[in-house]
Amino acid sequence: MLLRVDKATTSKFSLRKRPTSEKLVDIGFKNIVVAMASMVAVVLFSIFAVVYYESTESISRYGLRFLFSSAWDPVTDEYGAFTAIYGTLFTSIASLLIAIPLGVGTAIFITENIIPEYIRNIIGIMVELLAAIPSVVLGLWAVFIMEPFIRPFLNIIYELFGFIPFFGTEPIGAGMMPAILILVVMILPIITSISKDSLNQVPSNLRQAAYGIGATRWTTIFKVIIPAAISGITGGVLLALGRAMGETMAVTMIIGNSNNFSWSIFAPSYTISSMLANQFGEADGSQVSSLMYAAFILMILTLMVNVFAQWIVKKLSLKYQ
Amino acid sequence: MKLYPHNKLTYNPSLTRNIGNKILTVASAVFAAISFLPLLFVISYILIKGGSYINFETLILEPEPPGDDLLSAGGMGPAITGTFIMTVIASIISIPVGVGGGIYLAEYSKSGRFAQFVRFGSNVLAGVPSIIAGVFIYAIIVSTKILFGSMFSGIAGGISLSILMLPTIIKTTDEALKLVPDNLRRAAFGVGASKFTMISNISLPAAFSSISTGILLALARAAGETAPLIFTALFSRYYITSFDDLFYEMGSLSVLIYNFALEPYESQNQLAWAASFILVVVLLSLNILSRWINTLGDFPKNKV
Repeated sequence: MLLRVDKATTSKFSLRKRPTSEKLVDIGFKNIVVAMASMVAVVLFSIFAVVYYESTESISRYGLRFLFSSAWDPVTDEYGAFTAIYGTLFTSIASLLIAIPLGVGTAIFITENIIPEYIRNIIGIMVELLAAIPSVVLGLWAVFIMEPFIRPFLNIIYELFGFIPFFGTEPIGAGMMPAILILVVMILPIITSISKDSLNQVPSNLRQAAYGIGATRWTTIFKVIIPAAISGITGGVLLALGRAMGETMAVTMIIGNSNNFSWSIFAPSYTISSMLANQFGEADGSQVSSLMYAAFILMILTLMVNVFAQWIVKKLSLKYQ
Repeated sequence: MKLYPHNKLTYNPSLTRNIGNKILTVASAVFAAISFLPLLFVISYILIKGGSYINFETLILEPEPPGDDLLSAGGMGPAITGTFIMTVIASIISIPVGVGGGIYLAEYSKSGRFAQFVRFGSNVLAGVPSIIAGVFIYAIIVSTKILFGSMFSGIAGGISLSILMLPTIIKTTDEALKLVPDNLRRAAFGVGASKFTMISNISLPAAFSSISTGILLALARAAGETAPLIFTALFSRYYITSFDDLFYEMGSLSVLIYNFALEPYESQNQLAWAASFILVVVLLSLNILSRWINTLGDFPKNKV
C-alpha cells in the first residue's frame, strides 16, 4: 500500500526558504565585522605611514647621523637623538635587569606551596593591581616621595664610587637612577603576573615526577618548572621591555629632561618618549620633523621587541606540548 | 647484611641541598616582599595624602591658573567631567570596532591568513607606546584641523584613547568567544538559525561576562592615560557648557596631575595629589569590578 501523504502535511514539514531579509542581514553583518577587523590593520599601517611621512624631511636631511649626534638646537637647526636613544635603551634595560629577578622570584613564591594559599592569592592580586595605577600617578609619587627618600642612599654611592664614570655626578634630584627605579615599579607587575600564569600552567605531573626521584624543591624549580615555563616568562619579560621603552609620563616627570649626554646614572637625561612629551607641544618647523624621526625610531624599537616576543613565545612553547 | 643507616631516610637539615633550599626559599620571600612594598607605599601615600585634600570644593570647582592665588588651587570638577567624556568617546569608537573585530576572528575566520595577521597586528598595536598614539592623532587630526577647523579637542583626545583600547577589546572578545563550546553553535545551526542569529543570541550572551571584563580593563587603562592627551586634548580649566565645547581643549584628571605636579606652588601640588586620589580610587574600583564580573558568569553558570 502506498503511503499517502496529504497536501497539508507536506506544506507543514517542507523546508522553509530563508527570507531574503535574513540573508541580507547575515551578509551585511559579516561584511561589517570584516571591516572592523581590518580597522586594526588600517590603524597600524597608518600610524607607521603617518609618522614616517612626517619625518621624511629629517630623515633625508640628517640620515643616520641623527642616531649618533646629541645636538638639539632649534636655533641652528641641528638635531640628533643620541642622548634620548641611549637614555631609552639604558633605562629600560637596566630596569629590566632589576625587575627580572624580583618579578620571577615573586612569581615563584606565589605559585609554590610555601605559605598558605589565601595569602599568596592576596599578594598576587595586589601586585596585579599595581599595574592598574596610571603612570602619571606613579610619576607624582616618584617626584614627591621616592626621590627624596632614595637621595641619601644615592649620595652614599656617589661618595664611595664617584671615581667610576657611571656614578660620576652628584645626585641632585631628577635623574636617570630614579627613572630606572620607577620603571622597575611599573614593569614588575607585568613580569610577575605573566610569569605566574605560565608557571601555573606547567603540568603537575612534571613536578611530581621530579619530587619522586628525590629532587628538592629548588632543583625542581630550576631544572623542571622554569624550563617548562620559559616561553611564557620570556614573552612577559620582552613585553615588559617594550612597555619600559615606550613609558612616558612617570619617566618624563623624574628623569630631568636634559639633552646633555652623561655617562653618570645620577645625571639628568632624556628618553625618546620624554623628549616627545616635553617638546612636541611647542615645536614647529624642522623640530617637529626631527621629533617625528625620534618617534619613528621609538616605534621601530618597540616593534622589534614585540615581534621578537611573539616569535620567541611560539618558538619556545613547542618544546613541552 | 648491612641495612641503610636510619639517618639517610629522615630529613637532615644540615645537608648542603637542604640549606641551599632554605636560602632560596627565603630569597624568594624577600623578592616577593620587595615587589609588594612599592605597591603598599604608593597606595597608602595616595589614599592618605591625596584623601586628606579631598573636600566638596576640590571636587566641583574649576582649577585656578597656577600662581594666581597661593591659598587655593581651586578644584578639579572640569577635569573629572573631561576624563569621563573622553573615555565615553573612546568607548563609543573602540567597543563596536573591537567587539566586531573579535567576532570576526573567533566566529568567521578561526585560523585564516587574514585572521592570523589581524591577531598579530592587534598584538603589535597593543605594544605601540601610548605617546605614539598621541603623535599620530596630532599629525592626522590636530595639525590638519580636519574636525571642522578645531585643533586641540576633546574628540581628538577621545580618538587617541580609542586606539589604546582597541587591541585589548579585540583580544579579550576573541578569546572569550573561543571558549564558547562548539556544541552550542551546532545546536543553533541545527534548529535553523542563521549565523547572525547564532552569534547574537548564543555566542555573545555566553561570552558576555568575559567580554565586559576586557572592556572594563581597557576603559580603566584608557582613563588613566596621559601621554596621548597632552597634545591632542591639551588642558582646559573650564567646564564644558555646550556640545560645541567638545571641539575645544578639554581638561582631564591625568593631565591635571601632570601639569600641577610640576608647578612650584604647594596648593597646585595638593590638587595634583587630590586628583590622583580620585583617579586611583576610580581605576582600582573598575579593576576590582571587572574581576568580580569575571568570576560571576563564566560559561557553565550562564543561562544559555
